[in-house]
Amino acid sequence: MNMIYMLIGISILLALIFLLAFFWASKTGQNDDTYTPSIRMLFEEEATEKADQKSDEDHL
Amino acid sequence: MSKIRTLTVETRCYHCGEDLPFSPYILADKQFCCLGCKGVYQILSSHNLESYYAYNDVPGQTQKTQLPRLEYLEEPTVAADLVDYQDSETTVITFYIPAIHCSSCIWLLENLYKINPAIVQSRIDFLKKQVVITFKNKILTLRELAETLSRIGYEPLISLQDVVKKQQHDVSDGQLIRKIAVAGFCFGNTMLLSFPEYFGLSGLEQQFKDFFGWLNLAFCFPVVFYCGRDYFSSAWINVKNGILNLDFPLALGIAVMFLRSAAEIFSRSGAGFADTLCGLVFFLLVGRWMQKHTYHHLSFERDYRSYFPVAVTILKDNKESPLPLNKLKQGDRILIRSNEIIPADAILLNGTAKLDFSFVTGESIPVDKILGEVVYAGGRQLEGAIELEVIKPVSQSYLTRLWNNETFNADKDRIKTFSGMASKYFSVALLSIAIGSGLFWLFKEDPSRALASFTAVLIIACPCALALSSPFTLAAVLSIFDKNKFYLKNTAVIEELARIDTFVFDKTGTITNPEAANFTFSGKITSLQKQCLSDLARNSGHPLSRELVKWIALPKKYTALDYKEKVGRGISGRVNGQFIRLGSTAFLGIEPIPQLQGSTVHVMIEDQYLGYFLLSQQWRNGFKELVLSLGRHANLHLLSGDQEHDRKSLIPFFPSIQHMHFRQSPQNKLDYIKTLQNKGHKVLMFGDGLNDAGALKQSDLGVAVTDNINNFTPGCDAILDGSNFNRIPNFIRQAKDAVSVIHMSFGISLAYNALGLFFAVQGTLSPLIAAILMPASTVTIISFTSIAARLYARKNHLL
Repeated sequence: MNMIYMLIGISILLALIFLLAFFWASKTGQNDDTYTPSIRMLFEEEATEKADQKSDEDHL
Repeated sequence: MSKIRTLTVETRCYHCGEDLPFSPYILADKQFCCLGCKGVYQILSSHNLESYYAYNDVPGQTQKTQLPRLEYLEEPTVAADLVDYQDSETTVITFYIPAIHCSSCIWLLENLYKINPAIVQSRIDFLKKQVVITFKNKILTLRELAETLSRIGYEPLISLQDVVKKQQHDVSDGQLIRKIAVAGFCFGNTMLLSFPEYFGLSGLEQQFKDFFGWLNLAFCFPVVFYCGRDYFSSAWINVKNGILNLDFPLALGIAVMFLRSAAEIFSRSGAGFADTLCGLVFFLLVGRWMQKHTYHHLSFERDYRSYFPVAVTILKDNKESPLPLNKLKQGDRILIRSNEIIPADAILLNGTAKLDFSFVTGESIPVDKILGEVVYAGGRQLEGAIELEVIKPVSQSYLTRLWNNETFNADKDRIKTFSGMASKYFSVALLSIAIGSGLFWLFKEDPSRALASFTAVLIIACPCALALSSPFTLAAVLSIFDKNKFYLKNTAVIEELARIDTFVFDKTGTITNPEAANFTFSGKITSLQKQCLSDLARNSGHPLSRELVKWIALPKKYTALDYKEKVGRGISGRVNGQFIRLGSTAFLGIEPIPQLQGSTVHVMIEDQYLGYFLLSQQWRNGFKELVLSLGRHANLHLLSGDQEHDRKSLIPFFPSIQHMHFRQSPQNKLDYIKTLQNKGHKVLMFGDGLNDAGALKQSDLGVAVTDNINNFTPGCDAILDGSNFNRIPNFIRQAKDAVSVIHMSFGISLAYNALGLFFAVQGTLSPLIAAILMPASTVTIISFTSIAARLYARKNHLL
């Protein structure tokens, strides 16, 4: 049963790592703009040949 | 499919979607409404950026406005204030660009490097309408960059009180998020560690009890001393000032819970309330975060500095050079071009001044000034360039002096909230119950139970649900208002809105609709002649011509031949075989007609004078219904800086002539509001211009009405989009309903408190009951308030 001490220690450590990861993310501004990246990812890399592909999904 | 689309789009400008003029500009079988739009297309297509038009139909904005003059960006002192970072190679700058509105904008602005290789990188923040641009400052100057942006239709908005800089200083927001993260982390862990205790540990597992207890206590430390710190300091400051607000019982609850948990764990007498404590702080912080609704693209704190330009052109030894506005001093000679704003009180030296003061004084008719006259700051020159000599520094001008008024220095932090008032009684009641039950058990000579019941009362009655009912209700209402384009500075404004009993309206731009015009024709005209006039005016880009075409509202029938336009004076051409001239009296070569107020367009067909169109203002949509519905329960007043020419048409709207005031200076307006307040009224002011700034600030609730949210609005408590002006009664009903939702949720949370107190006064409160009651009441309140607020919104036709 003493294993529990270690397991709980590990679980808290893991949770702490996630907490620190969140701190790091918010400090580096990853949560500042939560909207633009969702549009940015829809753009084609090489846009010239896609000019004809108009679609309604692109509308805001 | 694509064929149908091209057919329907054909009558619109390929770039901005506006109706095409008679002879559209054509390039590569695309049609454009003006040279500007064509120019943008030309730039984009030459840089292989045509996909701009693929992501959205007509993504552009009309380019009929002139390109701005940006010489002042060459001035190192101005530039230094604007850039975020600069070294010998690269510069980083954040521009605020109001034109950003769709995915095409993002795509284009992030591909700026294709237009100019000196631009290293550009990143858009869509919600803030900002773009951060990194560029090589040796190849490209700041001015060239801004001009590049303007040329493709994305003119950056640069003002003295820069919108961009202010928003970057929002540190407290990040801190709150961090506190919520820590509290949430501790809440989760303590809950996990407390469950074994609640489910019961067998004899074998008793050894873990201490271990879990110590761990729980360890998690409490950051929660109490980091996350909950604000509650202690706020409670302390308020108690010192003799105020009992909700933070006091909260801080007391947190402290007692912490101490009792520590004592129980140290003495091994119980499990403590660690999870309840962490949960409490977590929910409280979430409530606080909900209350902090921020609008990235709006500013409620603007003053004249964001209306004025950053720099002005001065004339020295017959040479023009840009000068930052704060360096402008008495005796400087300045050059103001058409559409520029006069930044300081000055004497007219040269040129014909035709100034639009509507934003400053409320006066809707342009003012002519003659040489040697004093021109007050804030006017916009309408045609041609003028030279002026500055007689007062910017901060001392007639207009800006208003901001030296004491009203602007006083913090407007006087909105009384219901929870603020109720918490006083709550705290007193709570303390007396706690002390009462403690004393009761002392008399029964059970001191340990006395302490247990005293602390238990403070713990269980800790007004978590109470503290959450206001923020969650108001946040829900705020987002409902938001959907209806009514943007509030903070949640307290809603409660204030429910109390308003007096409404004061500004006239120009607030109750008149600047977009829609109404013409009346004096003279005789046939419908055929109207048709011809409309077909002639269709060719012109002048605002009056465009309004006239809109007003006559006849489809195009004839083609104008020999079309000529004299900018700012009139147009002429041959339509349906008749030679028609439209414009000012001077343009037609006739005697001016005296006593004409407002803009006029005179008509002459084949040398025969027919009469003139008079542009009169039109009230906003639904103004009449609005006034009728508001007038039933509240007093209505009108404060206009304008002349009295609209008095007659406004009389039916306002209860008495004594409530209508014309020719009011900004200071008059402020004083009038003050008088109303001294009579005990709660005053709401609707305004739009700089001249209302004092009144907006002085009133209990200042609402700026604007037709374009991105335009300048004076400092205020709320910004209302003009299109929803007629829904004000709905907003007020919703605010009143919100207050009753708060009352109801107070009742619910008090019921939960009473239930907890039943256990607490007996001294039999177990951690398990606390751990169930606290989250249960919180969840009830959160769901009740948000559902009730939405139901009411549906009733009020706001959803």
